[in-house]
Amino acid sequence: MSSRVNGAARESILAALRARGDEPGEPPEIAGMWFESASAASQRRWFVRMLEAAGGRCTGVASAAELPAALAATPEFASAKRRVSLLPGTGSSGIAAGERGGEDEREVDLAAISHPAELADLDFALLPGVFGVAENGAVWVDGAALPHRSLLVLPQHLGIVLSARALVDHMHAAYERLTFDGPGFGCFVSGPSKTADIEQALVIGAHGARSLCVFLLEAD
Amino acid sequence: MSHPERAAQFLANPERADRHDRALWFVREKRDLAAATVPEWEHLRALASEIKRHTLARLADYLEEFETNATRNGAVVHWAADASEHNEIVLGLLAERGVTRVVKSKSMLTEECGLNPYLEAHGLEVTDTDLGERIIQFRKERPSHIIFPAIHMKREDVSELFAHELGSDPGVCDPSYLVAAARVHLRQKFLEAEAGITGVNFAVAETGGIVVCTNEGNADLGTSLPPLHIACMGIEKVVPRARDLGVFLRLLARSATGQAITAYTSHFHGPRSDGELHIVLVDNGRSALHASADYSSSLACIRCGACMNTCPVFRRSGGHSYDATVPGPIGSILEPARDPDRHRSLPFACTLCGSCKGVCPVKIDLPQQLLSWRRDLAERGYLAPNTRRAFGVGGWVLRDPLRTEWAGRLMRLVGRLIPSATFERYFKGWSSARSLPEVPRRSFRAQWKARSRAGE
Repeated sequence: MSSRVNGAARESILAALRARGDEPGEPPEIAGMWFESASAASQRRWFVRMLEAAGGRCTGVASAAELPAALAATPEFASAKRRVSLLPGTGSSGIAAGERGGEDEREVDLAAISHPAELADLDFALLPGVFGVAENGAVWVDGAALPHRSLLVLPQHLGIVLSARALVDHMHAAYERLTFDGPGFGCFVSGPSKTADIEQALVIGAHGARSLCVFLLEAD
Repeated sequence: MSHPERAAQFLANPERADRHDRALWFVREKRDLAAATVPEWEHLRALASEIKRHTLARLADYLEEFETNATRNGAVVHWAADASEHNEIVLGLLAERGVTRVVKSKSMLTEECGLNPYLEAHGLEVTDTDLGERIIQFRKERPSHIIFPAIHMKREDVSELFAHELGSDPGVCDPSYLVAAARVHLRQKFLEAEAGITGVNFAVAETGGIVVCTNEGNADLGTSLPPLHIACMGIEKVVPRARDLGVFLRLLARSATGQAITAYTSHFHGPRSDGELHIVLVDNGRSALHASADYSSSLACIRCGACMNTCPVFRRSGGHSYDATVPGPIGSILEPARDPDRHRSLPFACTLCGSCKGVCPVKIDLPQQLLSWRRDLAERGYLAPNTRRAFGVGGWVLRDPLRTEWAGRLMRLVGRLIPSATFERYFKGWSSARSLPEVPRRSFRAQWKARSRAGE
């Protein structure tokens, strides 16, 4: 399929924009004395504080081996009737069901999902996060890790697992970590879904997840 | 109807007007708190302004670069010269695929183009999924604010509306309950939809990606369930590099709502493996604005709404009084460019206090441009005949010291002889919120002379 649909409009728009005859300059350098945290500990406190301000919460987990126990202690996970985990060793369908000593009927078999709408009744999803941003509590989730993009927003509750060492201070550092060299999807997720559209009253749980818990792994 | 007339309708309900004023001032205060937590805030504003200025200077190049890279990622890029071309392109894409049900996330551009009524007239079901937009869609109104479309409504109004439309309990006005009712209703719409339409907050030339920011997650549901994603954007939304996003995303949510970032900031590079992504680039008057020396910098606007929240006129007159897709200070610049006859009262709905300029994250000189519009509208003959005559007489009098002197004498005499009630009957619009000052017996110059003599 041609990308240059409606060529007449394209040519006329570009010609009109060039008519001004601007000097071709270079974009400004993005540099500044950005505020940065003094230590890893203060960076982590900053991240947790901003995540909580966005309506999310954070649970520290000593190691990946401790993750199942941390999940079991998470009410949204424990009470979920249908759930998905994309993290190995946490009872995900196809990955670790065997380790848990048999099939857990609450685990959704993603291999059997042909249309994203079949995930509509999902109660909980556990997704891997790539890195977190201290200044706004956001976590970058790479769509390449999601068999369906809808796993980000369809589940009633969301858990994201993140290495405690994968934190940056601000968005400038965040974009230094990111490369976009081809098709893909990614999202900064900051807290659960929310709205203030009725009389400025903040309500958590608009369309996407009603809660977000970030599990910070102290050791990978 | 002019802005003052529509504002009067809004102000006829003082309780509502007061609540509106307070609600928006609350958002302005949250913005101030958020900005104060970033020590480099002013540097970020300067950088953002500079990036936009540069981008606008090379907009054609960046649009071509964006098109090349977006196409390489697998998206299909379309160009629309105006609203009707945009609507035809979107309808064509939907019709080719037999789509009958569409979910939309917020897009001021599609609002500007009148996409919803157009698609509905062609038999499609269009569901606005932003909660505020769904509310006003039920009421067949237009948004009164670009960030909070239903800010003019009370929770009781929403409760009554949802009871009628969604069958919720009419006695319950708790926002959590109302949001939950809308969530259930809209989930069904997301699951049934065959296509999702979104706006675009930023498009990146260097990577061919688009970024969409929402708090509700509605853009992500609307693009992750149905296989067809149509993203509609004005040509001014492009930025050169991915790292420019770091600057704009730090400013956008803090300026808009006082949040550090929106809950979801989604980066789309090409379509889903099982879907399609179409990006429609729309001009609709933007290239003409780009060519104008006075107003081209208004294209730098990132639609945060901060100028509306801080504007004393907007807060007290309500968004609907602007009768425009984009209301408030920035709308009063953009809308007259589109239709000066219809929007000629907007540049005058401003006290030139400059508060909007102080909060604008991309440092648009809004008061200067509003002032320029007043001049341009006067030159194009859009002033009311009485106003034009009054300015004509005023100019003739003030041009000459002697005429000014005699006009002063005349006014002092007339002011003493005619009771203010009579005056107010003839200058109703002006005098409805003002009263005449007491007229002094002698001019300022005479008083000054007498005072100087007494001092000697």
